[in-house]
Amino acid sequence: MNRPRGRAALLPGLWLAIFFALPFLLVLRLSLSDTALAIPPYAPQIDWSQGLAGLKAFFAGLDLEKYRQLGEDRLYLDAYLSSLRFAAAGTGLALLVGYPMAYGMARCRPGLRSLLLMLVILPFWTSFLIRVYAWIGILKPQGLLNAFLGLLGLEPLTLLYTPTAVQIGLVYSYLPFMVLPLYAALERQDQTLLEAAADLGASPLKSFWQVTFPLSLPGVIAGCLLCFIPMVGEFVIPDLLGGPGSLMIGRSIWMEFFANRDWPFASAVAVVLLVTLIAPILLYQRQQAKALEAAT
Amino acid sequence: MVLAATALALTACGGGDKVSTLRIYNWSDYIDPALLEEFTQETGIKVVYDTFDSNEVLETKVLTGGTGYDIIVPSNHNVSRYIAASALSPLDFDKLPGRKNLWPDLMTRMEPFDPGGKFTIPYMWGTVGIGFNKAEIAKRLPGVAIDSWDVVLKPENLARLKDCGVYFLDAPEDMFAVTLNYMGKDPNSKVVADYVAATALLQSLRPYVTKFHSSEYVNALANGDACIAIGYSGDILQARDRAVEAKNGVEIDYVIPREGSQVWFDVFAIPADAPNKAAAYSFLEFMMRPKVIARATNFTQYANANLAATPLVDESVRNNPNVYPTPEVFGRLFVTTTKDQDLVRDVNRLWTRVMTGR
Repeated sequence: MNRPRGRAALLPGLWLAIFFALPFLLVLRLSLSDTALAIPPYAPQIDWSQGLAGLKAFFAGLDLEKYRQLGEDRLYLDAYLSSLRFAAAGTGLALLVGYPMAYGMARCRPGLRSLLLMLVILPFWTSFLIRVYAWIGILKPQGLLNAFLGLLGLEPLTLLYTPTAVQIGLVYSYLPFMVLPLYAALERQDQTLLEAAADLGASPLKSFWQVTFPLSLPGVIAGCLLCFIPMVGEFVIPDLLGGPGSLMIGRSIWMEFFANRDWPFASAVAVVLLVTLIAPILLYQRQQAKALEAAT
Repeated sequence: MVLAATALALTACGGGDKVSTLRIYNWSDYIDPALLEEFTQETGIKVVYDTFDSNEVLETKVLTGGTGYDIIVPSNHNVSRYIAASALSPLDFDKLPGRKNLWPDLMTRMEPFDPGGKFTIPYMWGTVGIGFNKAEIAKRLPGVAIDSWDVVLKPENLARLKDCGVYFLDAPEDMFAVTLNYMGKDPNSKVVADYVAATALLQSLRPYVTKFHSSEYVNALANGDACIAIGYSGDILQARDRAVEAKNGVEIDYVIPREGSQVWFDVFAIPADAPNKAAAYSFLEFMMRPKVIARATNFTQYANANLAATPLVDESVRNNPNVYPTPEVFGRLFVTTTKDQDLVRDVNRLWTRVMTGR
């Protein structure tokens, strides 16, 4: 029983090694190098012509200087914290919007369900970039939203290039990642449990909190992590919708990489970001493993 | 039958290989597309044209190596770094007889960056200045002449423009040079303390800035989302033309402030690893023809560096002192010199502080 399972694990293991471990090691190595004015713009390079001596010289040239710089400058800590705040608020809002959506979908008749599911996925058919650009058209001073508010006789709002716009963009873009796992968890729930709760005298609200919600918890956790992790590192949304005040770590990495041409430093920032994200990723994995065990 | 088809397919493939392709990486909205078509018609060289909107993106790509581009268009103050990194291919002057048309005065100004013009051919040049919506500014700053950096770099003035949209360039080197010059300091200062002082001034302006961006202000000015911008001369004149075309009642103007400003040059260069250098030379020669480069200027609204072409440029462009400055204004323009890596890092770090207010 054990052997086939071991062999089946080979493929994901290989996938992880090629697409995660190897790039990560490359970035880690880069973060220990120094900036240089050359192609490519960092040193040392491995001088293979020198054989083992070249390799030795290469490792001798590595140090932790970039990480020291990172620790000395408050800006990066601020950027990490600000990204975590944006992502946490975005995830919370996506859950608030997504849960009723998924709940409604799961309680529909099956024919309508697949149509609604389709509608949730439909936005993916257009480019992510175009959808974010569309929000510029909606939120800008003379945009759709303010035209609508004008019709109602309300004051126009200044939203574009504010942190609020970034928050809206985050929630909008990642909402399907919240709705889909929630829907999956809610849809397979046994309806007879609710009947039993009602028979035992629970009000609909009480049976929701004591039966439906706890049973949907794996979906809640999966949805939250699927939103939170990519939101922290988001670059496009703050760049297009955010203003001067919306500091996020994705932008800091861009800045180091492009404006400062400091690839080692950008790599160090990225490594630290990954390390901060490992906790939620591990949490996700443990939860997935638990769900798998429960299913089998 | 099958044989014939195979033969046909083979010849088709063979023919495909022979078509020479030139890959150009240039700034956005920076060439008349008709000129590229003409170049292809004349030489049979297919053009692949990609665009970028900041020197930072260009330099990072080129320094990664293997971009596959044959022509790139960096700005003067970055050129020395490209040369130091051996990223550019030295030009073979024998293949470029059109160089004789280049403007000697401008070539002198390029000397500090590319001595002897060994690596680059200037394409367009322009200034950093103020673009503004005439009606909106007149409403908010009545009686104020828009001819000084005071309009955008004095907090009490900018505060009154906040509601109609303020755009600053997201280009640390250009923005600091202009700010230092306004403060009466050396725009090419090597002293970090000067940049710290400029940061304090820029930070006091930040609350009134809608967005820091190096290209979005063109559309924003044209459609009325912005009423004032610090930007590049030709971009702002393009915004003016787009507003005229759209007939939306927006009237844009550009001014080089009287305190003086930065003059910059965008130059053609061939990357050291360019796959098709022969095509790159044909293109450089083509672009140095006075008739061709004059049309390029009519399109971009930037002055070119080709003296023989000046009389061929549209009168409205040639006689506009904001495009072809008078000698008196030209005397007040300065170039930004190349900074060393440590200063670049400090300057960019301070710029992040300006943008985020931290």
